[in-house]
Amino acid sequence: MIECKNITKIYKTGEIETVALACVTFTIKDGEFVAIMGPSGSGKSTLMHIIGCLDTPTGGEYLIDGHDVSKLSDDELADIRNRKIGFVFQSFNLLPRSSVLRNVALPLMYAGVEREKREEIAVSALNSSAFPEKFWRHLPNQLSGGMMQRVAIARALVNNPSLVLADEPTGNLDTKTGEIVLDTFQNLHARQGRTIVLITHEPYVAEHAERIITIRDGNIVEDNRNHNRRTANHDYEGN
Amino acid sequence: MIMKVIDIFQETYSALTANKIRSGLTILGIVIGIGSVIAMVSIGQGAQGTIESSIQSIGSNLVLVSPGFQRGGGPVSAGRGSAQTLTQEDADAIQKEIILAKAVAPEISRRYQITAKGKNTNTQVVGTVGAYPEVRNIQIDFGSFITDQNVRSLSKVAVLGPTTRDDLFGEGTTPVGQTIRINRVDFKIIGITKSKGGSGPLNQDNTVFVPLSSAQRFLAGDTYVTAISIQAQSPDDMSVIQQQISGLLLSRHNISNPQLADFQVLNQSDIVATASAVTNTFTILLASIAGISLVVGGIGIMNMMLTTVTERTREIGLRKAIGAKRRDIGTQFLTEAVMLTFLGGAAGIGLGWVMAFLVSQFAGIATSVSIQSIFLAFGVSAAIGIIFGYYPARRAASLNPIEALRYE
Repeated sequence: MIECKNITKIYKTGEIETVALACVTFTIKDGEFVAIMGPSGSGKSTLMHIIGCLDTPTGGEYLIDGHDVSKLSDDELADIRNRKIGFVFQSFNLLPRSSVLRNVALPLMYAGVEREKREEIAVSALNSSAFPEKFWRHLPNQLSGGMMQRVAIARALVNNPSLVLADEPTGNLDTKTGEIVLDTFQNLHARQGRTIVLITHEPYVAEHAERIITIRDGNIVEDNRNHNRRTANHDYEGN
Repeated sequence: MIMKVIDIFQETYSALTANKIRSGLTILGIVIGIGSVIAMVSIGQGAQGTIESSIQSIGSNLVLVSPGFQRGGGPVSAGRGSAQTLTQEDADAIQKEIILAKAVAPEISRRYQITAKGKNTNTQVVGTVGAYPEVRNIQIDFGSFITDQNVRSLSKVAVLGPTTRDDLFGEGTTPVGQTIRINRVDFKIIGITKSKGGSGPLNQDNTVFVPLSSAQRFLAGDTYVTAISIQAQSPDDMSVIQQQISGLLLSRHNISNPQLADFQVLNQSDIVATASAVTNTFTILLASIAGISLVVGGIGIMNMMLTTVTERTREIGLRKAIGAKRRDIGTQFLTEAVMLTFLGGAAGIGLGWVMAFLVSQFAGIATSVSIQSIFLAFGVSAAIGIIFGYYPARRAASLNPIEALRYE
């Protein structure tokens, strides 16, 4: 469970103060699939950084599983990210010289997991994001965009995080592959009960989530359950 | 949680092999630097070894007494070595009174024109006694050396050094029994000494030995000696015997102020120490010049590491996002730099070895690659990796993950 209480973020450049987040309060329960939507400049990236423990808020409290992480040091935040959060980025951010399997196992290295154990865990993460076994030893540049994003999803899951944080995960993909990636998230949510936060500016993408938080000018303007939820009926599993 | 050593090495390996040409060229700077340091130090140490062994070859535990300033008779000094006050009696007194002296060999040496069967040469003629070979570490190849009987009976006999023999009679001949003419006096050859090697002023092979008494009577026409060589019982006695000899000779020559001594007493280990000091300076000079290229190589490493950090900004951002701490990133990049210099150091030692070998093969200069210089090279290359890799690694470690992930 993640709780944001009166979160503010103010950037100072010299004398000028820019308010990125005015006062944001919301709670995401375990097992929820939430989309945070807003146009660029709305503060959604700042919010994503705070939720992802990449940055700390100027004011307010941010709790993950009941622990306040808003005042931690850089290295302590790194530890929280490693244990609690799985990231999926728009540009995949896979290591180009490492195989799929090693990319997926990378967070485990920083978690101090034994080498033998890592591969085992990475394999099960790849399986749960339905990634075909014949590509496990390939390098990322030998894969298509959709495949790369599924490797990134497997990497996000490998530490069994409290929260999967996806930042515009379909931004670099065409509609069809984007759909497959969104299906993967829906499956993770439906079958494994993962907590997923999807950051996007596209209403179409946001409509795949079960709850949509709309943010504008640093404030939450809407926080609704999504009643006309898009569901995928592609049969991609098993390929 | 800190990454395990094997993980760091795996990351380093994949990073360095990703751009083999660039890593190779960067390493080359260190290879050349370490290689030249090894080669230069080997030349310096080789020279030191050669000089020390030629000094050792003139004898062991040797104390040399040579003439000093000629004193008395006004303020005019005739110059160092001009004194003619050392005598055979001084040598006898040293032999008799200094217990630590194992053997004493006085000598009178001068250059003379020497002829034999129409050939002639100009070389050093040493008039000496039977103890000389023992004191000065000379061995006889053919025949025998001058005996004390020869000295007593003023025999006109001579022992040739191998170089003189070669000049007068040709290489490999055994002219024992033949006659040479020194300064218009005939001497019969009774022996040839073994070659001791060495060159220049330290070449002791280009010498003719005659009895001391014969040299004084027939050649010099005087009774002084030009040097007295004393062999000490053991290396530990050197400085004691040096003082005892000084004291004895001062009292024999009636000189109360040691500053005014008309002789000087040199200790072989002092000569070795002086020569070593000279060659050490020479070695340090050569190594420092080579060291400059090592620093240039180190700057190359730093340059490459800074480029790498910039190129891999997004990678660093990702690693931090998924849980890498400052120390993980710093260690990874520092290991890369140290690995580069370490590989360069290893290859550089090989290159230095080859260079030292080639120098001794083709330039004829003795070289010696010591274990210390190899360890030093490894240490220096690792240190260069740490020094020049530290700043890029720190820069990588302190990158902000948000900005690093956004970096295009």
